[in-house]
Amino acid sequence: MGHMQTLSRRAFVFGSAAVAGGIAFGAYGRAEAAAPSAEGNPLAAGLGANSVTFNPWVEISPDKITLIAQHADIGQGVGSVQPIMIAEEMDLDPGQFEVRFAGPSPAYFNTGFKEELAPFLAADQSPEAEAARAAALESLRKSGLQMTGGSSTIPDTYDKLRVAGAVARETLKAAAAKRSGVAVADIRTQSGHVILPDGSKIPYVSLAAEAARIPPVLDAQPRDPSTWRMLGKPMTRLDVRAKVMGELQFGIDLKMEGMLYASVKLNPGKGQPLKSYDASKARAMPGVKKILEIKNGVAVIATNSWYAMKAVDAIACEWAPSAYPAEQADHWKVLESSFKPELLGKEWRTVGDVEAGLKRGKLVEAEYRAPYVAHQPLEPLNGIGLVTDKGMEIWVGHQSPQAVQAIAANAIGLKPEQVTFHNQWTGGSFGHRLEFENVRVLAEIANQMRGTPIKLVFSREEDFLQDIPRQIAIARHRGSVANGRIVATDLQLASTAPFKGLLERMGAPSKDPDPQLAAGTWNVYYDIPNFRATSYEAQGLSPCTTWRSVGASTAGFFTESFIDELIHAAGLDPMKARIAMCNVPHYRKLLETLAEMSNWKGPLGNGRGRGVAFVESFGTPVAEVVEVTATDRGIRIDKVWVAVDVGKVIDPVNFENQVQGGVVWGLGHAMNCELTYSKGAAQQTNYNHHEAMRIYQCPVIEVRGLENDPKVRGLGEPPVPPAAPALANAIFAATGKRIREMPFNKFIDFV
Amino acid sequence: MIELTVNGTKRQVDVVPEMPLLWVLRDELGITSAKYGCGVAQCGACTVHIDGKAVRSCQSHIGEVAGKSVITLEGLHNKDQNPVLQAWIEHQVPQCGYCQTGQIMQAIALLRLIPKPTDEQINQVMSGNLCRCGTYPRIRAAIHAAAANKMAEK
Repeated sequence: MGHMQTLSRRAFVFGSAAVAGGIAFGAYGRAEAAAPSAEGNPLAAGLGANSVTFNPWVEISPDKITLIAQHADIGQGVGSVQPIMIAEEMDLDPGQFEVRFAGPSPAYFNTGFKEELAPFLAADQSPEAEAARAAALESLRKSGLQMTGGSSTIPDTYDKLRVAGAVARETLKAAAAKRSGVAVADIRTQSGHVILPDGSKIPYVSLAAEAARIPPVLDAQPRDPSTWRMLGKPMTRLDVRAKVMGELQFGIDLKMEGMLYASVKLNPGKGQPLKSYDASKARAMPGVKKILEIKNGVAVIATNSWYAMKAVDAIACEWAPSAYPAEQADHWKVLESSFKPELLGKEWRTVGDVEAGLKRGKLVEAEYRAPYVAHQPLEPLNGIGLVTDKGMEIWVGHQSPQAVQAIAANAIGLKPEQVTFHNQWTGGSFGHRLEFENVRVLAEIANQMRGTPIKLVFSREEDFLQDIPRQIAIARHRGSVANGRIVATDLQLASTAPFKGLLERMGAPSKDPDPQLAAGTWNVYYDIPNFRATSYEAQGLSPCTTWRSVGASTAGFFTESFIDELIHAAGLDPMKARIAMCNVPHYRKLLETLAEMSNWKGPLGNGRGRGVAFVESFGTPVAEVVEVTATDRGIRIDKVWVAVDVGKVIDPVNFENQVQGGVVWGLGHAMNCELTYSKGAAQQTNYNHHEAMRIYQCPVIEVRGLENDPKVRGLGEPPVPPAAPALANAIFAATGKRIREMPFNKFIDFV
Repeated sequence: MIELTVNGTKRQVDVVPEMPLLWVLRDELGITSAKYGCGVAQCGACTVHIDGKAVRSCQSHIGEVAGKSVITLEGLHNKDQNPVLQAWIEHQVPQCGYCQTGQIMQAIALLRLIPKPTDEQINQVMSGNLCRCGTYPRIRAAIHAAAANKMAEK
């Protein structure tokens, strides 16, 4: 139970408030016995007169209804679906409530991480696996960790937000019953009103004061999905109109009275300090108010962002050298020599006798590679900070509210509770907004500019240079085939450790093997009699972090390409063989559905080819077929079919958009993106060096959502991992060329 | 002082003439639908219309914009009836939405030039607009829908 140890250490960092304050479980009344306590509900403190809060997600004042979105919206649509899950139960319509992002509180601890933290395969629903998940949940509860990530928003909130809404609805009905003398059983709710038997309507807001004086109805049950008005049906995301009309304010759009603008130049050798600098040119440039030295660089304060960026560009800096190798070739050398016992992460899973199996039949060996890749959401890192004698206020879009408090506080000698965090709508993340460089730097700058609100905007180039990339990895896979079957598979990879890196920067270092290096390697659901999955953790390389789909983004490519090689070596059809080997019935159904959707009939010929890949990540199985044509101008991606099983599709239109976006993300970066180092600095500093997919390369992407999984699953990340191997397998089918390294454009041209 | 017309209103700004229009709009005039994405005309998030043409405002020096008419998404006429905006909402194009104002301004310019574009023509005109969330299938569908609506109006 190594992962639990990781968590308990993390709990030590973030959990003190949880232990001291108690956690509100008003909405959990059904499952947990804990009584709701006013101090455990973070909404209680800011409640106005004649207002009520039933739990950490619902607040009603005489003027308005506010629903709290605890998970950060990074474009994945959870700023919409979270409040709609509550509104479904409360009989509220869009437009009848406001949405506010949650502040930091252990009341918003993420229950969804229990699936990923329990050391069992996602498809394993045995009592032992469920017991481990229950134990993980308790550990999470103690930690109070509030974080958006791991495709966990829907798994975390599907039950609790619907229960939160049901508690609010039933308590409002009870308040109306008390006022009117009518039995609760004769009262219903509709469109923001309680409806009495005589047809008279009481708006929820007018019941707020009375509802506050009665105990919440904690045993309220969410409704059967068959009665849903909005969920599960095509609905419009709450943020779509404001985004289309240009009215939605992202973090970067905020402005404050008396605000000044900052831009930074930081040591491109990530994490290392500044040695010296010469700002004589910058001082004389237009709009410049001040030059500041900070721990790992310099900042310019100016009257607008552009003046600040131009001036900071003109500062000459001398940097301490990077702690990792200066040149990219040496990063690969370190990885190549990392397959050794002292760097063993873990042998994650062993079935049968792999060494004996490898001696039978035809041996297949292959080495695969995946480079560092940048996140680079289109909204660059930014934030507004204001430090006064009382503490710091920070306005920034981030996925870890408590960590923002801790990092900012640590940087300038405050206590975490002295940092007030206001989460923002963000222009994408893909894992970037789990890191802290903008937060730490902003705290340092605002602390030197006390009393003045400072808006920090990273230039795109600085954002690239400071981007803590996806892990770099090499796989050395072996397998054997005999009599038209895969006999043995020995999957080994050496990689930097993304999740451990993130934990370390959050102040909770772990000595346990990085579980993300198991993802995509150990969770192979094919009936292979001799199977082994092993990770090695390379040391001394670039810091790395979670990049949309994390470990599976690289390992999924390695595993599903190599399985394809074995299938071809065995003389089998890639789709039929996967279906035949699949040992989880509803995963097999997923592959069969994909075969039917794509009308899979084997080789296409004439320079056309199809590849298939199947990866489960974060508990969600996804299978994809990519079809390509080898043209005179290179490979053209013609069409993609995707089948995804999430147990329950909550928001169907957004579901399709997310899946298509995940495929575009997976394909685009596999085609043409890598981050390489020279002289300790990333060599790619804008999108022309790190382009991913543009519209002219985007194929038609046909999506189908299945609902056979016993659990409700997330899907922000799982569509990513199968895209790269399905493309590589398609290129092999079309050209006979097996590409074993990303990005593929190092080996083949794309149209 | 440099004078320009933004969304039909005359504005004066006191900045150096090399300052890009993008930053004048955002930081000096508080008009934020034009987004900073790359600063080097690689992403299209800053797209606005100058004298009716779609341009990257990060590449337009304010000194050269003086006296011209700038339209940002905020300044489109009759926004609620605009077929491109309607199609964008109907097809629920945005995910994070950060690039979408630029995509929309580019798409409006495309449909002015080519009222009923093919996929190939959409690719040619829209490929300068990056979407990191990967909403391209919906952008394509929304442009076709807007074109169809426009044709129906005529």
